[in-house]
Amino acid sequence: MRSVSVDLNHDASLLIDIPDALCERDKVKFTVHTKTTLSSFQKPDFSVPRQHEDFIWLHDTLVETEDYAGLIIPPVPPKPDFESPREKMHKLGEGEATMTKEEYTKMKQELEAEYLAVFKKTVQVHEVFLQRLSSHPILSKDRNFQIFLEYDQDLTVRRKNAKEMFGGFFKNMVKSADEVLISGIKEVDDFFEQEKTFLLDYYSKIKDSTAKAEKMTRSHKNIADDYIHISATLNTLSADDSTKVEGRVASDQELKLTELLRYYMRDIQAAKDLLYRRARALVDYENSNKALDKARLKSRDIPQAEEHQKQCLQKFDKLSESGKKELTSFKGRRVVAFRKNLIEMAELEIKHAKVSICLEHVHTLMCAQRDASEPSSGFDDVGMAF
Amino acid sequence: MTALGKPPDSPPQLSLCQSAVRQCVCVCVSVSYPPSSQSTMADTARDPPPELSDFQELQDGEDLFPEPSAPLESGPASLPAEDISTNSNGPKQDSLFDDDPEDLFAEATEEVSLDSPERDVLLSDGPSPAITPITPPCSLITPHIDMFTHCSFDEIEEEEGGDSFDMHISVSDPEKVGDGMNAYMAYKVSTKTSMSLFRSQDFSVKRRFSDFLGLHSKLASKYLHIGYIVPPAPEKSIVGMTKVKVGKEDQSSNEFVEKRRSALERYLMRTVKHPTLLKDPDVLQFLESSELPRAVSTQALSSAGILRMVNKAAEAVNKMTIKMNESDAWFEEKQQHFDNLDLQLRKLHASVESLVCHRRELSVNTALFAKSAAMLGNSEDHTALSRALSQLAEVEEKIDQLHQDQANADFYCFSELLGDYVRLITAVKGVFDHRMKTWQKWQDGQILLQKKREAEAKLQFNNKPEKLQQAKDEMRELEGKVQQGERDFELISKTIRKEVSRFEKERVKDFKTIIIKYLESLVQTQQKLIKYWDAFLPEAKAIS
Repeated sequence: MRSVSVDLNHDASLLIDIPDALCERDKVKFTVHTKTTLSSFQKPDFSVPRQHEDFIWLHDTLVETEDYAGLIIPPVPPKPDFESPREKMHKLGEGEATMTKEEYTKMKQELEAEYLAVFKKTVQVHEVFLQRLSSHPILSKDRNFQIFLEYDQDLTVRRKNAKEMFGGFFKNMVKSADEVLISGIKEVDDFFEQEKTFLLDYYSKIKDSTAKAEKMTRSHKNIADDYIHISATLNTLSADDSTKVEGRVASDQELKLTELLRYYMRDIQAAKDLLYRRARALVDYENSNKALDKARLKSRDIPQAEEHQKQCLQKFDKLSESGKKELTSFKGRRVVAFRKNLIEMAELEIKHAKVSICLEHVHTLMCAQRDASEPSSGFDDVGMAF
Repeated sequence: MTALGKPPDSPPQLSLCQSAVRQCVCVCVSVSYPPSSQSTMADTARDPPPELSDFQELQDGEDLFPEPSAPLESGPASLPAEDISTNSNGPKQDSLFDDDPEDLFAEATEEVSLDSPERDVLLSDGPSPAITPITPPCSLITPHIDMFTHCSFDEIEEEEGGDSFDMHISVSDPEKVGDGMNAYMAYKVSTKTSMSLFRSQDFSVKRRFSDFLGLHSKLASKYLHIGYIVPPAPEKSIVGMTKVKVGKEDQSSNEFVEKRRSALERYLMRTVKHPTLLKDPDVLQFLESSELPRAVSTQALSSAGILRMVNKAAEAVNKMTIKMNESDAWFEEKQQHFDNLDLQLRKLHASVESLVCHRRELSVNTALFAKSAAMLGNSEDHTALSRALSQLAEVEEKIDQLHQDQANADFYCFSELLGDYVRLITAVKGVFDHRMKTWQKWQDGQILLQKKREAEAKLQFNNKPEKLQQAKDEMRELEGKVQQGERDFELISKTIRKEVSRFEKERVKDFKTIIIKYLESLVQTQQKLIKYWDAFLPEAKAIS
């Protein structure tokens, strides 16, 4: 999962990780551990407990900070979603009567594995978020970030209250309306024109791919479940290794491909947000130009208009400059991550296919060895085959 | 060769010690496959030269087998080193009885085509718990003869065993005949055999579905009530047939025809494998004569059909009221066994059908993803990454095809077989029921006889000579009937024992064959997967 965003957490001056997390019903409590040589922190090595809402708070404060308008803010980690395994667990409980004991145990194991996978995933996603921040030259120095890492009491008091959250939702809606307006704006800079076209297109494609990849892995999981039922019905004596292999292929594919796509979908959204902010600044600048012209015509308030125009231009230039840097490094980061993931995925597929073949050969061998006269032996063989 | 006549319930166990297996690059064992179409009794051709290397390897492996006197439960130490190998290229050659006991490859073998490194990896160190000592190589071949003779009760059957069962039937070329609602599918039934029972060695006829049903109903009426397990015919499907009649040339109607064709083939093969049914004139006529009288009473909605349904219902009610004093524990045990088997098979069938469904779903989703990945690749402006993504799309497309093929294998290989067996078990249970009915008839006869005896005694007491004579005559007749009833019951019990043991053998054989085939298909799928991902890997590595 770390390969989703490579080259993080290498700078010894600020090392962050989430070594441990607790799952209480719906809530996940992360233990955020920081090791630092920077003097801006009070201690060189410390840990704090954090909840998912704290991460959202941190992300939103960064987004709302004007100074960071020219930066790609790392996407907020998604909320831990235990819905799917929980639902399955519920269904399993209901269907317990119709299954044999071993079948039930096996299904339960599968579910527990799935639960664990979701849990691990969410820990990693939160970890990557923090590490993106710590490795960014500007964001790592953010005061709120420091508070997040250090403040050893509950952050609740600083978090959004209901009203603010509602305001956030409203802001999002306005933003998307703005997006539509802004994508129609004439771009002065070739680089940004290209980036805009590319990102808009790429985003829709990657969103589609993510959805399809998720469907694929869901089908894989269904097949793994079927194999469990089949092998259970066959009164397996030996472990149904083949089931695990099928199941594992599903979850590895899930981690590699789907997560990769999902993560970059969000990252690209963050990049798009940067473009949006810059475009907004451009609009402001153009508006300030118009205001200046008007002021000159009316010969009124010229100095303010000039000042305003200068500020807008400055802001726009600043955004353009940092934006260009960010987007270029983003592209590099993306390519490297894709490469690593695709290689790992292909290697895993090959490894699992080889393991499957071995297992299947062994089972074929054992199956053929059993003599035909025992009536029940036929099923034992079949059971072992799965 | 060691002695034949091994009792049926002693499964000699086989093992290969791990290092021995490691040596055997070809997983070598011979399995008594059902006779293949390509071979006849006359054809005892050995495997072509390319397989000689396997021969060497097997010999090496043989040398490493442990002590020659293997401890077995009972009976002679004869056991085949069961050999399966799958060769995706060559045709299956099958000669059930080899002339040369030393030739270890008399049985059909196909080679597993894998690279050796893979196979070395396959076998881990350490003994496997499922493996027990093997018997010496010289006694390899006998069990195939065993299969056919060792549990025979009948002289005739013994002879049958000596005569190899060499017959293959194929059902092919479904052709639509006629138009509209009177249309039907005609199938070509081709028989290849060298048995003297038939007029020629290679012949074919055209049959339609109702012909098959007619055959089954004739056989059922002749044999079911005396205890023979008559294989049930494939099921009717009004919906399926209507689609075909109407002329919809789409995927689902093609699938339906293929499903039916395959089911008909299995049905015929099962029927002719039964030594008694094979000799039945109706079967011979079905296979040989070019014209067959139309079996009208098999139509679903005919009066005969409805009558059948009513009878079935009545029978079911009757069955519930018969309480049989089972004196023979074997029957009780077997009935339990079949009830259990029925339950398990139905459950399994449901699971496998679900598997087929999900795999088809996976195939669809993979195809969708492939298209999406291709579009993503097009959008990507980094050239190498773009190329890699397009490659990924291609790989996924191939994989989707693979999934589809696997789904078909799941289905045709496994699911249909399970369906067949669910129906077969119903037939077996029916046979047990017939036995109960026969017993009932016998008992009823006895009760009646008893009553008549009492009546006769009364008559004697009351001294009525004419009525006495009549009573005595009636009694004699009844006694005859009762004796016949007892004989019938004994006969049906004996027949059922025979049939059940033959059935069980067939069943295990069938399942084993199918499982092995299924596993092989899984292996092939995995191999192709490896090939595809291996081809993709350098593309992914080339991204810079």
